[in-house]
This record gives sequence, C-alpha cells and structure tokens, in this order.
Amino acid sequence: MADQPKLFKVTIDNITVEVEAGTSILNAARMIGGDVAPPAMCYYSKLKGSGGKCRTCLVEVSAGSTADPRPMPKLVASCRTNVMDGMVVKNITSERVQDARKGVVELLLINHPLDCPICDQAGECHLQDLSYEHGAEGTRYEFPRRQFEKHNLGPYIQLHMTRCILCYRCVFTADQLTNKRVHGVLDRGDHAEIATYIEKALDNDFIGNVIDVCPVGALTDKTFRFKNRVWFLKPVDAHRNCPKCSGKVTLWHRGDEVFRVTGRKDQWGEVQDWICNDCRFEKKKTSDWVIDGPTKVSRHSVISANHYVDTVKPHEALPEVMGGRQPRLLMNIHSVSEVNKPTIDLSKIQGPAHSGDFKKGE
Amino acid sequence: MGRKLLLEKAHVPGIRSYDVYRREGGYRSVEKALKTMSPDQVTEEVKKSGLRGRGGAGFPAGMKWSFLAKPEGVPRYLVCNADESEPGTFKDRYLMEFIPHLLVEGLIVASYALGSNRTFIYIRGEYAWIVDILEQAIAEAKNNGWLGKNILGSGFDCEIYVQRGAGAYICGEETALIESLEGKRGNPRIKPPFPAVKGLWDCPTVVNNVETIAAVVPILNITGEEYAKIGVGKSTGTKLISACGNINKPGVFEIDMTISVEEFIYSEEYCGGIANGKRLKACIPGGSSVPILPANLLLKTAKGEARMMNYESLSDGGFATGTMMGSGGFIVLDEDQCVVRHTLTLARFYRHESCGQCSPCREGTGWMEKILKNIEYGKGKKSDIDLLWDIQRKIEGNTICPLGDAAAWPVAAAIRHFRDEFEWHVQYPNAAQNRNYGLAHYADPLPVAAAPKA
Repeated sequence: MADQPKLFKVTIDNITVEVEAGTSILNAARMIGGDVAPPAMCYYSKLKGSGGKCRTCLVEVSAGSTADPRPMPKLVASCRTNVMDGMVVKNITSERVQDARKGVVELLLINHPLDCPICDQAGECHLQDLSYEHGAEGTRYEFPRRQFEKHNLGPYIQLHMTRCILCYRCVFTADQLTNKRVHGVLDRGDHAEIATYIEKALDNDFIGNVIDVCPVGALTDKTFRFKNRVWFLKPVDAHRNCPKCSGKVTLWHRGDEVFRVTGRKDQWGEVQDWICNDCRFEKKKTSDWVIDGPTKVSRHSVISANHYVDTVKPHEALPEVMGGRQPRLLMNIHSVSEVNKPTIDLSKIQGPAHSGDFKKGE
Repeated sequence: MGRKLLLEKAHVPGIRSYDVYRREGGYRSVEKALKTMSPDQVTEEVKKSGLRGRGGAGFPAGMKWSFLAKPEGVPRYLVCNADESEPGTFKDRYLMEFIPHLLVEGLIVASYALGSNRTFIYIRGEYAWIVDILEQAIAEAKNNGWLGKNILGSGFDCEIYVQRGAGAYICGEETALIESLEGKRGNPRIKPPFPAVKGLWDCPTVVNNVETIAAVVPILNITGEEYAKIGVGKSTGTKLISACGNINKPGVFEIDMTISVEEFIYSEEYCGGIANGKRLKACIPGGSSVPILPANLLLKTAKGEARMMNYESLSDGGFATGTMMGSGGFIVLDEDQCVVRHTLTLARFYRHESCGQCSPCREGTGWMEKILKNIEYGKGKKSDIDLLWDIQRKIEGNTICPLGDAAAWPVAAAIRHFRDEFEWHVQYPNAAQNRNYGLAHYADPLPVAAAPKA
C-alpha cells in the first residue's frame, strides 16, 4: 500500500475535518464549506504566493496544536497559515473575528467609489458580496475619495484604479502566466496603484485572465464594457478546440448573442482553467463554440436569481439628506423605459429579457 | 557616570581610520573569536550576555541567532539593519559615522558565529555619506586581513557589502528589508516562514540592528557574564539613546539602564533639563512608534515608583500607563507643544510610509491623518475622537507587519492620555488656532491609588 499522506485534525467553528499536512486554514474551511469558509479577496488558490494582504480572512486560532495548545495572540490570515494537528480555529463563532472583519470591510470601502450602478462587475463582485455580509449600512468617512490618473491598458482591458483593492492577484497572474510582466504596483501606501510604468498596453496571449482574477471591477473586459448587466445574461459552459488554451469557457448569452466569454469559475469564484485572449475577446459567436450545458450558478447569486421576489422597498433617504425637501422630478424613467414599471414581472418573461419584451405588453 | 562600552572611544581623534582604531584595541574581539572560540561558543557568549535587539522589539539577540536554521549546503546570511528611519532615532547614524570600525568588527564576529560568508549592511538611502565611511572602513579592514578569504588562518571567509535603500521607512522591517535587498519592491513578507528559516534568497538569514551588532564587540572583550552584570534584570548592557526635542543638550547618550527617566532628562550629564526653563509636558521615550506618556506617568509608574530607563520599567503598566523602550529615540515635548499637532505629524508620517500592501494600514493610516488634520485645524467634531480610537483599534494587530501597530499606537496613546486636549481642540476651535492647550494637569502628581482595575 502506498504511503498514506499524514492527516491533520483541525476543528473550525466546532466542526472537525481531517486535512493533509500543509493545507491552509482557509482551504480546510473550504472543505467544510458554507459559512465556515472565510471570505478571501486576495487569495487565489491557483496563484502561487497570493494571499495575506486583504485581511478579510482573519481567523482566531484558539489552540495552536495538540503539541502546543496555546492560542495565537493575534488573529491570523487563514489563507497563509497552515493547519497543525489538533488546531482549533474560530471563524464565525468568534466575535473578535467578526469585529475585525467588519473593520477591514469598512476600511476597504472608504476609498471605493461605490459606483456599482455603472460597474460591469456588479452582480459578480466579491467586494459587493463581502460588504453585503460584513459591511455597515453607512460610512463614517467624510472625505473626498481617492482618485488616480487614468492609464490605458490597451484595447481589451479597462482599468478603473479607484475600484482597486490592491489584492495583487493580477500582478501574480501576469508573473505566472505570461513571460514578461509589464504592469505592477507603483507607488506605495494609499496612493499605490496598478499601472504600467511606461504606458504600455498589456498584450500577451493570457493577459486577459487578469479580468477573471480581479475580485472587483478594477479590471474589466473592454469588449463587454457597458453592454449588459451580468444578471440579464445566461451563462452556459462551452468549449472549442483552441491551440493555445484548454478552450473551456463560460459563454454569457442574452438571446442568441454572446456578450462575453470568461473562464469557468468554481464556487469560490476561481477559474478552473486559464483561457487565452483569442477565446475571450475574439470568439463571440455561438457558432465558434460547442455548448456543454448550463453553468451551475449558486442559487444565492443574483445571476441565478434573474428575478426579484419578496423585494422590500428601501427606506426613503432622499428627503433626509436633502434637509426635508422632496427631490424634484427631472425625468420619469417610466416614460423612457418599461423595465421599472410595477406591472412588469421579470420572472414571468420567457427566456432572457429584452427591451422588446416590455414593449410587447403594450 | 555610567559605564560606556560602545561610545567609549568614539571621540578619540582619528578613530574613524583603521590605524587609530586598531591602536585603541580594535579588532581584539575578532582575534579572540576566530582564534580561540568556535562559532557556537560565540553564540553562547552572546546568549549569556542577555543582549536584547536594539532595533525596537527587544528580542534577545542570542536566541535569535540560535534559531537560525543550518541546513547543509545552503548559505546563511547576516544582514545588518542600518535603515534607521524612525522619527526621533539617530543612534545608529552616530555610531556608524564616528566609529564605523566598531560595526565592521562586530559584523565579522557575528558573521563567524552565524557562518555567514556574505554579509550585508542595508543602510537607508538618506545616509548617503555614511555609505562612503563604511565602505572605506570595510576596505581598510580587508587590506589588513580582517576580511576576505581565510581570515587569520581560521579558514573562515567573509565579505561585507553595503547596500543603500531608496528612502522607505518600511524597509527597516526585516522582511521588507530582505525583499528590497533582493532588488524587489520593499513589501513585508507574510510570516511564517521567518527569516531564520527562509530569508534572503530563501536562505536562512539573521537581521540585526547596527547597535546590536556593535554590542557584540564589548561582549566578546569583557565576556558575556560581565556584560550581563551591567544594567538591571533582563535589561543588560548599555543602550544608546538619541535624545531630541525641547531639551538643553540633544544628542546620543550611552546609558547603562540603571538611571531613572528623571535623571536622564534633568541631569547635566545627559539631556541637561528642559530648554528655556520650560516645564516637561510629555515624552516619547522610544522612537515615534511607541506610546507617548504625559510627564506624570513618565517620571513615576502607576504604582508610584520612579520610572527607570530600561526595557521593563518603561513598559511597566502595559499600554494603559506605560510605554516601551523601542529603539531609543527619546523625544521630549515641553509645555508649549501641542499633542494634537504632534500626533498629526506622526500620522502623516505613517500614512506616507505605509507600503500599501494590506488593507487596514493602507486605508486606515490615511483616514486617521485626515481626521487629525480636521481636529488640528478647528474642523473636528467630538465624535471624531471616538472614531479615531475605533480606527486605530481596527488597524492594530490586523496587519502583516508591525507598521500598522506602529501607526496605531501613537494615536491610541495620545487619545488615552491627552483626551482633554483633543476635546479642547474640538470645543474651542478658534482658540486652538491661536494658542496652545499648555501643560494643564499633565505633570500633576498622580494619586497612587491609580492601580489598574481588576
């Protein structure tokens, strides 16, 4: 019989799991799954050296190991701390962790533009999910948010530096997938930015993957820019014979049209295979692809929802912030579009929703 | 007069040159180590001396050396941290400028103990002229057979290289220093692995402060036991203190850690009292990162005992009523200084020097600076003080490297001890623009019953 790898017993939030030596706490927690898995904004299992920076995955180690059961004094980054045999970890059961995580989310958001309504990442943004789970309702930050000089990264990739949380994933991606990295982090501290020092376009067959690894809307697909919201698109798995990459992708359809192509993402939002720029940016016809079937999307995701039930009308805040005055009506959206009409029920429309569907009702 | 070990010969004319240094008894410790001792014996000697790291954390140097992994066939490195960038700390500069051979001598001995054949001095970029001084000292040492191949016929090879930094405070953090030394962006690494296992070019590495390395020389000369007798308790040997601020005699002083803070500030031998006949308001005794203390808590601990200039006494009472020895940057503030403005200056420094790698420090330092600016310029709100407290709490302990803590502590301590002054700034914004809060009650004797609540 082959040598059994040594298994370590680790208890996370009172759930014990056996994992191989050398596994990080985060990956052990992911094996348990569900709420126990800490959020990770910078760690990416397929990128060597990633993690440790965003501090959202902090957990409390209340016993280091069976041999040395002392607790670790500080919260540790679960993505970069390996389990020991007999380790006891608290994630959602620790108030300290919840408090620290709330603090990190607040700090991540103070300079974030919160421009989700016009951001292409909205709906599949890890920062949105994180803020929804751990963020506060309002901000205590009263200063102008950070701004940057604009950089042009070429015809395919759009950089919005204001949205960036400096996770370094794109830097690791370029380091590990391409032969020469031309972008990186310039400057330091709160004015650090992702840029190319000599205003060079990113052109490499695999550089498009930085779009997939970006947890926020800082790096987005220029060929998909402002074309559609992700929750109006239907993702299907597809493949093609690609000489450069595995060719296994997710196509994002609306009607017959392919709006964008991305890598296939797993439940942690990580791509299964890196795909090349040709597949991502050039092959935008259904005929280019062999469809494998619908993509499995978490039922909690807005993408799978694609309709709205039990919606609660948000608290009217406008008169409050306008000192008691009512807002003045400049344009009624209903006179321009039917989408927001209360009679329209998106869930009852057959197939993907088009503006034509709404006109039909008339 | 306290005993001097490091700066004893610093003012002998021409001590910077090899000939004078050697005539004054220099390089004896190298002879002793290489000819009569094994590397482990040298480490043992340093362990016995109880020498604590002089860079700020105060970790026992001998222990650090003994943690160094020694796998076969892998080079080991000693790196001397001369990236002295802490506001208020300038002791290493003094040492390297006046008596560079002491550092070179210490480096040879330490390299021998650790088995480092290539040893690096990482010096902050702003110390441009000291690079020349060190390189000259290294060249002289090499010409006289103290460096190079087979030193003193012992079979031990050693070269020392000087590498200049590019002006980043963060590169004084040991893993950021190693990254920078490797030619990369000076971002701290995530520990573990610690440098003792995987440091420079993934090889086992020890990073020591200049003063720590220099202290190895007297330890070998007078033996570790003798060295341990100087000082009190776990604060052994002598410590360089760079004193600055509102004192009559700013400068670098060598103390043997048996004197009180009061004596250090007021005696003619050291700081010579507060300048211009003013009164003492507050002091940061260990460089900008350590908590600031008001005069009453600085001179007496919460138990009512006189506070001494050593690691234990300065940290007596924890952060609630104590502070830290740190790197020995003794900053004195008199009654005319504004603590809010002072804290703002420090916050601006840390905002500027944060590497931007991990979120709490990158975002939090900037936020704290902006709020402090508002308070200082009369635009603050009362809730801002609690907000500041909350932000520093969320930075501290949640970052990759200690810079986050270093940024949080000064703000926390200022609010803890000088909350009245912050509130006065908020309440009387106009007055705060025109005059200072003054000494207030910060030097009043404390009731001895100020024992911490159970």
